[in-house]
Amino acid sequence: MIDFGYTIWIPLIPILMFLFIGLTGHKYKPVISGYLGTLGLLTSAALSYYTAYQYFFNVGKVAGVYEKIIGFNVTWLRFTDTLHIDLGTLLDPISVMMLVVITTISLMVHIYSLGYMKGEKGFARFYAVLSLFSFSMLGLVLATNIFQMYIFWELVGVSSYLLISFYYEKPSAVAAGKKAFIVTRFADLGFLIGILMLSFITGTFDFKTLTDPNGAAIMQGGSAAFLGLSVMTWALLLIFIGGAGKSAMFPLHIWLPDAMEGPTPVSALIHAATMVVAGVYLVARLFTIFALSAPVALEIVGYVGGITSLFAAVIACTQNDIKRVLAFSTMSQIGYMMLALGVSGYGGEEGLGYMASMFHLFTHAMFKALLFLGAGAIIHAVHSNNMTDMGGLRKYLPWTNITFLIACLTIAGVPPLSGFWSKDEILVAAFEHNKFLFAIEFLVAGLTAFYMFRLYFNVFWGKDRHYHHAPHEAPPVMLFPLVFLAIASIFSGFIPFTSLVTSDGEAFHVGTEWIVAIPSVLIGLIGIAIAWIFYKKETAIPDKLASSFKLLYKGSLNKFYIDEIYLFVTKKIIFALISKPIAWFDRHVIDGFMNSIAFVTNFASEKIKGMQSGQLQQYAYVFVSGVVILAFVFIYLLKF
Amino acid sequence: MDILTLLIVIPVLTVIGILFCKDNKQVRVVSAIGMSIQLIQSIIVVLMYFAERKAGNTSEMVFTQTYMWFSSLNIKYAIGIDGISAVMILLTGIIIFTGVFASWNVKDLSKEFFISLILLATGVFGFFISLDMFTMFLFYEVAVIPMYLLIGIWGSGPKEYSAMKLTLMLMGGSALLLVGLLGIYFNSNPAGGELTWNILEIAKVKIPIEAQRLFFPLTFVGFGVLGALFPFHTWSPDGHASAPTAVSMLHAGVLMKLGGYGCFRIAMFLMPEAANEMGWIFIILTATSVVYGAFGAVVQKDLKYINAYSSVSHCGLVLFAVLMMNKTAMDGAIMQMISHGLMTALFFALIGMIYGRTHTRIITQMGGLMKIMPFLSVCYVIAGLASLGLPGLSGFVAEMTIFVGSFQHVDTFHRIVTIIACSSIVITAVYILRVVGILLLGPVKNDEFLKLKDAEWHEKLTTVVLICAIAGIGLAPLWLSDTISTSLAPIIDKISSASIF
Repeated sequence: MIDFGYTIWIPLIPILMFLFIGLTGHKYKPVISGYLGTLGLLTSAALSYYTAYQYFFNVGKVAGVYEKIIGFNVTWLRFTDTLHIDLGTLLDPISVMMLVVITTISLMVHIYSLGYMKGEKGFARFYAVLSLFSFSMLGLVLATNIFQMYIFWELVGVSSYLLISFYYEKPSAVAAGKKAFIVTRFADLGFLIGILMLSFITGTFDFKTLTDPNGAAIMQGGSAAFLGLSVMTWALLLIFIGGAGKSAMFPLHIWLPDAMEGPTPVSALIHAATMVVAGVYLVARLFTIFALSAPVALEIVGYVGGITSLFAAVIACTQNDIKRVLAFSTMSQIGYMMLALGVSGYGGEEGLGYMASMFHLFTHAMFKALLFLGAGAIIHAVHSNNMTDMGGLRKYLPWTNITFLIACLTIAGVPPLSGFWSKDEILVAAFEHNKFLFAIEFLVAGLTAFYMFRLYFNVFWGKDRHYHHAPHEAPPVMLFPLVFLAIASIFSGFIPFTSLVTSDGEAFHVGTEWIVAIPSVLIGLIGIAIAWIFYKKETAIPDKLASSFKLLYKGSLNKFYIDEIYLFVTKKIIFALISKPIAWFDRHVIDGFMNSIAFVTNFASEKIKGMQSGQLQQYAYVFVSGVVILAFVFIYLLKF
Repeated sequence: MDILTLLIVIPVLTVIGILFCKDNKQVRVVSAIGMSIQLIQSIIVVLMYFAERKAGNTSEMVFTQTYMWFSSLNIKYAIGIDGISAVMILLTGIIIFTGVFASWNVKDLSKEFFISLILLATGVFGFFISLDMFTMFLFYEVAVIPMYLLIGIWGSGPKEYSAMKLTLMLMGGSALLLVGLLGIYFNSNPAGGELTWNILEIAKVKIPIEAQRLFFPLTFVGFGVLGALFPFHTWSPDGHASAPTAVSMLHAGVLMKLGGYGCFRIAMFLMPEAANEMGWIFIILTATSVVYGAFGAVVQKDLKYINAYSSVSHCGLVLFAVLMMNKTAMDGAIMQMISHGLMTALFFALIGMIYGRTHTRIITQMGGLMKIMPFLSVCYVIAGLASLGLPGLSGFVAEMTIFVGSFQHVDTFHRIVTIIACSSIVITAVYILRVVGILLLGPVKNDEFLKLKDAEWHEKLTTVVLICAIAGIGLAPLWLSDTISTSLAPIIDKISSASIF
């Protein structure tokens, strides 16, 4: 048995780097902070790989079951005897898998940014915040209790904010950062209330206790009911709102496309591979409770995932900004993962969806990061995000072309690339549990292939544009991560997830379901073929289609006006109907009341101050008249 | 001389020292030295408190001293501290120390300014160490009165109006309070015998419930006015907006805490039965404060108004938690007082520094300050993040303790109100990010601002000390939380004996 106490250093190294670069970054050449950040992450990555090796192949498995191991734990804040926030590291298959994903992608992004961000103002700041983000994300996945997760949840939120508004002189970047933070914060309110309710029901924050399938926490599920659902279901739904906010599930997704204002490597790391899957991870982390004591909540998770994946895929078909296409694609793929969790049961082969979700999370991280980094290389070359400014780039960017093509084939689910394997498992799980959701996903698989190849053909094929200067291939420091991730995208499908990451920690076997696999590959190929016909050379077909399905096209192009609805609610309702009246009420009614008390006092004293004139004649006059009046009263009226 | 009385003697000696100064520079140096010693003394007090506890002293208050000073009414100079007053003393020490450095550039009548400022602090220190209600009230008034002069003379904008309003409203609160305290005094010995002002002695008896019903609201509202209890909070925006920097810092940072501290130490502690009966009224009022203050802050344009409304919201949370009458929530209330004290002091200090450069506090007239004064801007962002409850900074710790504590309440009413109060975390994020977005980020709006300089050494000292304190609590909250909750134990015992569930 080895001591996993050292795992605390995996998140600690990046935070130390953040502090070091943040405090001293202005004193030396910017590029040094880049090297420092990369070096820190390299160390973390090495430790993560070592941990993964030890956990999966040496000590994690006890009697055929992967156990939850607490590597490190310390009480951070004590509320009551049972409720306390601990900080520590919890190792189980999903957290160890996430360690590998995060450190790998983060390391690649660190290396890539050495080239991409070269010469940018705020280079040191970029690396500092990148380290902060890595720290928060690692802390999130390693959380031993739900409150620790909430803490790091907030921290990833703020690092995401800082990175989205990295170009802070650009108003659109500032607005995008603000939007991302506030929308996710709103979702986090749900998360927080969910935590409060969950801890009230179960009396603990601890994941190990909460998710113990035979534990007391699970048994609490059926207790008191509210509006037809058990309190446990409500608590888990509220927690899921938090997850939906971070994972950009419909209708809390509006921040993600705007978040593309951040530098492209950031989009690759945060808004594609790691942070946005935090919601999936959260549901997976609490999966035992979801599955065993609140199946209704889990079903809702599945439907939200399904709706989101279709919704986003439709929008992705019409967007012209290369990064936004990828952003909607990310939403769609995360929808897949949520759906997979939603159609999963607990234990053994029932837990196929759970396994598939984690599998897809892993492969998606690789190929989506690759897509974003490839997009970065394209943007780097042509200085534009807009697809209409691109075309025929395959001649100028050969390496980018090949790696990008691999990524597109992977996401389209072409065998034997990794996307095929993970997507297939999800489809099988959906097929077995819920035919409706399966149908949606099947459609989305075709759409995905279509919009990705629409992007690919538009950018790399088609007509040459008039470039100001010939686009040039990215420097080696940017190409290395592309090649690395391309290799990962090809081969990561062969990792035996069924025996490593399962809902109950036990291995199970599953064969390939040809009845699902063959049609899904076919629909992917059809999608590619349509994109080939439409976009390989410029044709009029897309425009014709757009005009014949005008309503759908316009709706999709405008992202179905969800942003406008939000804007209406915030500007017209919260600002104009709540805040402004409150501010007015405060100044005029409440304060007016206080002022009028003062005014009345003042007025009254003004009126009676004449009595204290200090004039002897006046006093004598009042005195004598008083005596006369009193005498009159006593003598004539009271008849003394 | 005992170490607690030193906390009053040092500022008084500093004031006397200032009287002999000849010019601005000397005044500043004397004040700075005096308040540095005071800060060190505060730290020593806290350390000695820990040492005393470690040595096994388990009495409710330590370092107690009693001297009679008005025997016919049995008024004593009775002092002593527990963990709660100890940390409040430390808070006051930090804020008056940074306040002196934030007022480094006061030129007009600087002697009088620093004398009033330090007198105010003397009152606050006296308040926190007092165990005798009358002496406590006396120090309370000492702290409130100099405020009038400080705002009326050194303020900005409609300063006379604001100073008058603030003083009158607080005096109104004091009037209620005095009645409340007298009521407690005359009921302090229901069995007959000598009446007393001493909190610890009164706590041992049960004040008749009829008297409690009468005097609890008076005391609670009396202190509540200073703690910005809705609807008695309107002195706060005007007062803060007109007050000079250091006064805003001290006022929002410490003085408003006297309200919360008094509510809890006198109103709740001595009259728990009435608190239990009538608490719901005040819970509704404080929950309103929390949400209302936050919404009020969203549309303000003046930096100080934003912060004043934000203070209404955050201080509302203090009183809210106090009323929850359980250990965790009350623990959170004390931490929120400290956290809010530090972060609002930081806010007001930074606003003063920005105003000193740009001569405007209207956010729409500024923009892109991050580029011009990165140091101050980064500090402002940190203050903002603390305010919206980012983990790792003090606000998060305090708010979460309050929310978790309040939600553990067995009553459904309390849990629902907690959820409403929780929603303030979203609104807070809205107004903080709005200010950060307009004020600090974006393009530079006014080219004349490009000439402005970043922070000077004394400004850096102020902000860095405050940020270290905020981050210190945020990163390692356990010592603070445990200190407070240990000292809360006897108070909770008394309060929970009153609860009839």
